[in-house]
Parts: sequence; C-alpha cells; structure tokens
Amino acid sequence: MQLLYFAWIRERTGVAEEQMALPDGVADVGGLVEHLKARGGGYQEALSDLSVVRVAVNQEYVGLDHPVGDGDEVAFFPPVTGG
Amino acid sequence: MIRVQTEDFDPGRELDALVAGNTRIGGIVSFVGLVRDFADGHGVEALTLEHYPAMTERQLADIEAEAHRRWPLDATLIVHRHGRLEPGDRIVLVIAASAHREAAFEACHFLIDWLKTKAPFWKAEATPDGEKWVAARDSDDAAAERWRKA
Repeated sequence: MQLLYFAWIRERTGVAEEQMALPDGVADVGGLVEHLKARGGGYQEALSDLSVVRVAVNQEYVGLDHPVGDGDEVAFFPPVTGG
Repeated sequence: MIRVQTEDFDPGRELDALVAGNTRIGGIVSFVGLVRDFADGHGVEALTLEHYPAMTERQLADIEAEAHRRWPLDATLIVHRHGRLEPGDRIVLVIAASAHREAAFEACHFLIDWLKTKAPFWKAEATPDGEKWVAARDSDDAAAERWRKA
C-alpha cells in the first residue's frame, strides 16, 4: 500500500510518502494507525491526537473502521484549511 | 470547471469566458478569496498552500456536481491556487451563473463553504515568529453545516 502524509503530519513523520506491505493483523484504518504509532518517534507524535487527523483511502474521506487493503492509497492529514 | 494552479487568475476574464455565448444566464455571483496580512493577533508575511493533488481534483469535482444537483446552474468555475502567496494575492475564485440571481448567490456561497471544509489544502503562515500551520476553524465547519441536508 501507498501511505501519504501532508502538512504538519508530514513534518512529524519526516516522510511525504512511503510504500508498505499490509502488516499482519491490520484490516482497517484504526489498525493501521495503531501499527504506525507503534513505530514510535514522529509517527507516535503525528497520530497521537486523532481528533486533528483526517484519513482518506483512495482519495475519499473515511473513518477508523474503514477497511484497508494492499492496493490502497491511504493519506493522513490535518483538518483542511484552504479557500 | 475546476482548475488548481500556481499562477494568478484574472477574475473579470474568467467570468467573461465562463458565460460567453450563453444568453440564458441572467445572473452571475463570484467570490474571490485573498491573502490577509494578519491572523489571530499576529502579522502574516506570506502563505504557503500545500495540497493533495489527486484528492483535490476529486473533491472539487464532487462539490461542483453537488451544487449542480441542488440549483439550476448554467455554469460554475472553481480556481484554487497553491504554492507561496503574499498579502493581497488572490487564492481562490468561485463563480456560479444561473438564469436567476437566487440560485447563483446560494450556489456560490455553498461552493466556497464546502470547499473550505472538504478540499484537501493546508495553509502555512510565515509570521514574525516563524512558520505556523493554520488551524481549522469551528466557524468554517458551522458555515458548511448550514448547507447539510436533513
């Protein structure tokens, strides 16, 4: 799967994008978030407060219970501030 | 129509081009968003807008399609810039054109309110104290919520 990070979440993880095989036991967005937080460091910091994290799977907003698969593009970003 | 670009735009030319040749149109409403030189009690020297290109295109297309479902519109245009912008620079243009003014006013208002809470853009402000990511505003969520259908 392709993971993307934007704005201050990108600054905390230290990467804009990365490829990752679907980790064992991860079936939904919530599981993926826990897996990434367990890496510690900037990932833990970026995803510690989910009230300020939005998630999109294949460019559509989703909740933590949305399923994720190996071919998905999953993006993590703060609430949007355009316009 | 939707465009996401770094270059500036000319609102008058965009408006003329959008409605050219359509004599059914009786009213056009446009909104232009600019970079302010202040925010929450501090000065702003510049803004840098980051976005998520693939999702931006999809979200803006969805927002525009929703406006056309809700109102009888003859033409709409959304132009949004990204990259580094300075106070006074134009950020966003929204135009709605219809046979009657009410649909044009409401659709233009809807488009900018929904864009602000759904399109994946993020602003970083250059301030005297360094760069700050702009936090989302509850008032923007409330503005978008008004258009939510029961």
